[in-house]
Amino acid sequence: MGKLFILLSLYSFSVFAAENEVALTIRDHRFEPAEVRVPAGQKIKLIVHNQDTTPEEFKSHELNREKLIAPGAKVNIFIGPLNPGRYPFFGEFHEKTARGTVIAE
Amino acid sequence: MLSSAIIVFREVLEAALIIGIIAAATRSLPTRNIWLITGIAAGGIGSMIVASLTGQIAELAEGIGQELFNAGILAVAALMLAWHNIWMARHGIQLARDAKQLGAELVSGGREMSALALVVALAILREGSETALFLYGLLASGDETLFSIIGGGAIGFLLGGLAGFGLYAGFLNIPPRLFFASTSGLILLLAAAMASQVARFLVQADLLPSLANPLWDSTWLLDNGSLTGRLLHTLIGYEAMPSGIQVVFYSTTLILVLTGMRVFRPRARTLSTT
Repeated sequence: MGKLFILLSLYSFSVFAAENEVALTIRDHRFEPAEVRVPAGQKIKLIVHNQDTTPEEFKSHELNREKLIAPGAKVNIFIGPLNPGRYPFFGEFHEKTARGTVIAE
Repeated sequence: MLSSAIIVFREVLEAALIIGIIAAATRSLPTRNIWLITGIAAGGIGSMIVASLTGQIAELAEGIGQELFNAGILAVAALMLAWHNIWMARHGIQLARDAKQLGAELVSGGREMSALALVVALAILREGSETALFLYGLLASGDETLFSIIGGGAIGFLLGGLAGFGLYAGFLNIPPRLFFASTSGLILLLAAAMASQVARFLVQADLLPSLANPLWDSTWLLDNGSLTGRLLHTLIGYEAMPSGIQVVFYSTTLILVLTGMRVFRPRARTLSTT
């Protein structure tokens, strides 16, 4: 499987060149903005900045992503290419308030 | 108290199920308990260290440190599980039939157990560091009292541990004839599930193409957020919306390990002469 890994990762570098960036902020256990519009069919780089003093876990079943974000940290999460539609995400550590949606169109 | 109980339960449950399967699969090895305890202790200590380094790990490798770290942990764990299954295919039957004729090293299963203790440690490392981080956050935010956080955490921990023990106890009730097939079958799926998660983290890090995202959507049938969905996610790698590459990793692992088990399985003739 090691060889497959290397092959596929080399392949991927050539596939994705241009990327769209979208910034998100976590403040008081809420995502800002709570709705993000992105183009469908393209790779997107979500840049999530946790401005709280507590850690958060960005999670989305629909986007198939999970990432821990330390207090004050700024992380990149690559998503897509997405089909048009709504993709909810949430902060696992503060599920009641930290909710948002990626809208691909 | 409820939120800490729920989150701790979720994280502990995943690790406890993995430990439950491993404990059942290795029940005939005399050094099992000491190795399991070593694995659990190492994982516990390691998870505190990893939790405290979360920020630094995330910043490594130009911001994809966390993905690489998780993918690495899962890949090692999957390899160890694969090796266990191939080892058991070779020695499991002998072990059961004529343990006396085998060397002491093989019977005590030291090498074998150390590999699985590593899986236990890595499973706890992953889930434990998330739990520690969450509890720390809860404590730091001051929203809940220390008593309620510890109380909730303890309840979640107990329930999760109990579920793992339940799985273990259930396995011990399986008739001996089916026992080997069922434990190695579940360990096979566990290894494939971990390989599929390796793929997911590498896609998240933008190192692998997703191929198709998602390949299918079975959320209507079973949501990954539901308890059953989570259980099956941990045990057999169920994904309601998997990417194509995850399915590739999952099935490749299944095929490779099954082939390995078949190739190394001793023939009936060689069995009787050894």
